[in-house]
Amino acid sequence: MANFIDRRLNPKDKSLGNRRRFLRRVRKHIKKAVDASVRERGISDVDQGERISVPAEGITEPVFRRARDAGHRDYVFNGNKEYRSGDRIAKPEQGGGGSGKEGSDSGEGEDDFVFALSREEFLDIFFEDLELPDLIKHSLKEVQTFKPRRAGYSVSGSPTNINVGRTMRNSLGRRLALRRPNQKEVRELQEQIFKLEAVSTPTSKQKKDLIRLHKELEETLRRQKVIAYIDPLDVRYNYFQQQPQPNANAVMFCLMDTSASMGEREKDLAKRFFVLLHLFLKRRYNKIDVVFIRHTHNAQEVDEEAFFYSRETGGTVVSTALKEMLEVIDARYPPSEWNIYAAQASDGENFAGDTDTCVELLNAEVMKRCQYFAYIEILDEAELKLFQGEENGMELWRGYRRVKEDWANFAMKRIASPSDIYPVFRQLFAKKMSGAA
Amino acid sequence: MTAVKTTKAEPLFTTADWNFEVLQRTYDAIEEVAVKDLELNVYANQVEIISSEQMLDAYSSIGMPLMYQHWSFGKHFVNDEVSYRKGLRGLAYEIVINSDPCISYNMEENTMAQQTLVMAHAAFGHNHFFKNNHLFRQWTDAEGILDYLNFAKGYIAKCEERHGVHEVERILDAAHALMNNGVFRYRRPQKLSLKAEQEKEKERRDYEERTVNYLWQTVYSGPEGQKSEAQKEAEERKHTLRLPEENILYFLEQYSPILQIWQREILRIVRNIAQYFYPQRQTKVMNEGCACFVHYHIVNTLQQRGLLSDGAMLEILHNHSNVLFQPSFDDPRYSGFNPYALGYAMMEDIKRICLDPTEEDRAWLPEIAGKKDWKGAIKDAWANYRDESFIQQYLSPKVIRDFRMFAISDYAKDSHVTVSSIHNERGYGEVREKLAQNYDVAVIDPDIQIVDVDLLGDRQLKLRHYKRNGVSLDQKERDKVLALLRTLWGYGVLLEEVDAPPPRH
Repeated sequence: MANFIDRRLNPKDKSLGNRRRFLRRVRKHIKKAVDASVRERGISDVDQGERISVPAEGITEPVFRRARDAGHRDYVFNGNKEYRSGDRIAKPEQGGGGSGKEGSDSGEGEDDFVFALSREEFLDIFFEDLELPDLIKHSLKEVQTFKPRRAGYSVSGSPTNINVGRTMRNSLGRRLALRRPNQKEVRELQEQIFKLEAVSTPTSKQKKDLIRLHKELEETLRRQKVIAYIDPLDVRYNYFQQQPQPNANAVMFCLMDTSASMGEREKDLAKRFFVLLHLFLKRRYNKIDVVFIRHTHNAQEVDEEAFFYSRETGGTVVSTALKEMLEVIDARYPPSEWNIYAAQASDGENFAGDTDTCVELLNAEVMKRCQYFAYIEILDEAELKLFQGEENGMELWRGYRRVKEDWANFAMKRIASPSDIYPVFRQLFAKKMSGAA
Repeated sequence: MTAVKTTKAEPLFTTADWNFEVLQRTYDAIEEVAVKDLELNVYANQVEIISSEQMLDAYSSIGMPLMYQHWSFGKHFVNDEVSYRKGLRGLAYEIVINSDPCISYNMEENTMAQQTLVMAHAAFGHNHFFKNNHLFRQWTDAEGILDYLNFAKGYIAKCEERHGVHEVERILDAAHALMNNGVFRYRRPQKLSLKAEQEKEKERRDYEERTVNYLWQTVYSGPEGQKSEAQKEAEERKHTLRLPEENILYFLEQYSPILQIWQREILRIVRNIAQYFYPQRQTKVMNEGCACFVHYHIVNTLQQRGLLSDGAMLEILHNHSNVLFQPSFDDPRYSGFNPYALGYAMMEDIKRICLDPTEEDRAWLPEIAGKKDWKGAIKDAWANYRDESFIQQYLSPKVIRDFRMFAISDYAKDSHVTVSSIHNERGYGEVREKLAQNYDVAVIDPDIQIVDVDLLGDRQLKLRHYKRNGVSLDQKERDKVLALLRTLWGYGVLLEEVDAPPPRH
C-alpha cells in the first residue's frame, strides 16, 4: 500500500536562498557584465534582465582529484570495431585525451559559466553603488514623520484607546474570582421576597425565611457595591508605538526646452535621461509623481505625450520653467512630505539676460526645496569637442556653474550621444557626491 | 517473452492522463507482481508528485528534499536550469531517496505509462536495492536520514543567524572540498538519530555556556611547557594513536586547534552526508541495473496479464530503450559506460545463465550456471556485491562481446595508447579486471591520509597521498584544497605524494 502525496502546490523556489548566495559569490563578475551590457544596449531597454557569463575560475569547487597528465591508467571502452590487442593508437590532440571516463567526472570544464539574471537582479546590480544624494537627510534616523503602530497593551492611556475586549475579559475574571453576585442572583432574591411578602398570613417558617432573605439581599447588594463591575485595575488600553515613517513619496520634475532649436535627437537624448532617472527613483520610493514642464518663452505643465512629441515655436526663456515648477511645488508638493527631484534638459540657449534670473531663482527658492537638481546640456559631437573645459560654454552653462559652486545637490553635465548618458548618470549619482552633500 | 497463461483483464488505464485513483490502482498491480512474483523486499513506499520547478529544486540540492543552503547548490541549480530551458536535457522522471519510508518523487508531466514505469523502477527496483544491498544496510540509516537532514538544515540556518552567512559559508566551502575525504571506509559510522544528535549538540552548547568565564580570558595561561614531560608525551601518544587517519574531516572535527564548537558541528554534518552518499557512489551500475531489471520484468508481466494496453507498452518500451542507450566510444555522445545499460545487461545475463547456460557460461560462472532459481541468484548478487566486485564476479564473456569491450593501456607520457586486450578468449579476463577497477572507489579516489601532526610543536599537519600507478594529484586543485584545509586547521599543512606500495593480490 503506497502513500501518494501531491506536492505540486508546495512552495517551489526552494533554492532561492542558494541562488542568492551564488549571485553574491559572483557579484564582481556579474557587475562587470552588467556594466558592459548597459553601455551597449539602448537605455530604454535597460530593465530587461540579462544573460551573464561568469568565468568558471571564481566558482570552482576544488577537490582532490587525480591529475590527467601523469602516471599510467587502464580504461575499458565499448563499441570496438577494428582494434586487436597490441594495436597502438595515437592519442588525440589535447582535450579529448582518449579518456571518456575522466572527462566526465571532472565536471564542468574551464568554459565560462552562463546563466540568466532576472530583471530585478539585473537592476539591483545596475544601481548597486548609486545612492540618492541627500538621502541622509531623509534617512530613517532623521525622518520626521511618524506613524503610530500597534504594539500590545498598556495599563495607562487615553480613554479613546481603551481596549474593550481586554478590559471586559479582565473584569469578568476578577468578578468570578471575587464571587461578585450578578444581577440574576439579586433578582431571584427579590422575587422570593416579593412572593413571601405577598402571602397574607405567613407561617412562622415563612417569616423566618423572609428575614433571612432580606439579610441575604442586603449582603448581596453590599457585595455588589463593594466589588466594582469594572475596576480601574481591569482597564487596558491599546498601546501604540511611534514608528518612524520613511518619506516614501517622490516627485520628479522634468523640465525641457521645447523650442524649435530642440530637435528630435535632443529630445530623444533628454527622454532617455528622464527614463533612467525615473527608473532609479522607482526603486527607492513607493510612489513617484512625474511632472512635465515644457517651456519656450513661457512654460506650462503638460502630459508626457505633449512633452516629448509636440512642437512649439517661440523664444527660449528658461526662468519661466523654474517659476512654473515653484508654483506646482507650492500648490501640490509641500517639501515636508515629498522628496523633490528635478531634471532639466536643454540645448543651452537662453534669452539674453534671463540667465541671471534663473540663477537667482535657483539660489533663492528652487534649490532649498529640491533634494537634487540635475541639469544636462545636449550638444552636438562637434560642440562637445569645442567645449572641452568645464568653464567654457554658453550663457546658461556659465550661469549654472555659479549655482553648482554653492549647492552640492546641484549637478550638471554635457552629453552628445546615447552612450554618454549612462556615464553621466553614474557620475550624477555616484556615492561620493552624496557623501559630500 | 515466453507465453504464459493469459488471463486477459481490463487494462489499468487507457489514456495518457493520470489521476490519483489510477495511480493507486496501477501501484497495487505493480506491487502484486513485485512482491508475489519477484518476491522483492521493500520499504513502505511514499510516492510524491512534484512539478518540474520542484524537480529542478531537488536536483540542485543533490536530490535531497531537505538541504541546508549553500551557494554551490545555487550554482548547480542555475546550471541545470539553463540546460533544461535550452532543451539540452530533460529532467529525470523521478528521484528516489534511500529512506524509510522510501520516498520517490514523480514528475507531474509524466504520462500514465511513464508513471507506471517510474513506480516499478524507483518504488520497487531502487527501493529493494536500498533495503537489501549490504553497503546500504551497513552504512546508511534509512529511517534516520530525513530527520538528520532536517536537523542539519536547521542547525546551519541557526549558525548563519548567530555567526553570519559569510562565516558559515567559509566553513562549508572548505568542508565541501574535503567531502570525499570525510568518509570512513573501514569502520561503520554511528547510527544517526535525531534525538541523540540534538542532545549531543545541546550538550556541547551547554558545556560551552557553562564553562564561559570571562575572568579567565584575561589571565595569561603561561607557556605550554609548564606541563610535565610525561604528560606531554602522553598527550602526543594519545593523538598519535589515531594516526594515520583517512577521514580528514573527522580528524579536523576532533583535533583542529582553531575551530569553534559550532564549526566542528558543521564539519560533522558535511561528513555525515558524505558518508550517507558513499554507498551510492559504489553501486551506480548495480543500483540502476537492478531498477531497470525490475521495471522491465514488472511491465512485461503486467502486459502478459492484460493490464497494460499495447499503446502504453510501446511507450514504456520506447522510454526503456532510451534510458538504456549506450553510444560507442567514438560517438560524440559517448561519456563512459551508461550504468543503466551495463547494469541491465548484466542482470539479464545472470537470468539467462541461470535458465539457459552455454558451455562457456558453465566454465566461467559455474556457481550459477544452470541453477534454475534465477530470482535467488540475482537477489543474492544485489544483496552482497558492489559495482567493482559485481563486475569482477558476474561480467560474462557474452556481455563483453555484446558491448564489444576493449581495454586500453595509457601512459601519460607516451604519444600512443595501447590496446591491451579485446573481447576475445584471451582478453575476457583482463577486460573484466580492468573494468572492475574502473568502478573501484579505492582506485578512483586518491588515497590521502593524515600521517602526522605535532600538536605541541609547530602544529604542522602532514598528509600523504599514495600514488597509484604513478598518478599524482591535479596540482591546481590540490593547492586550492590545501588552502581551504589550512583555514580549517589554522596552521601549516603539508602534503607529500609518494608511490603506493604495490597492491597485494
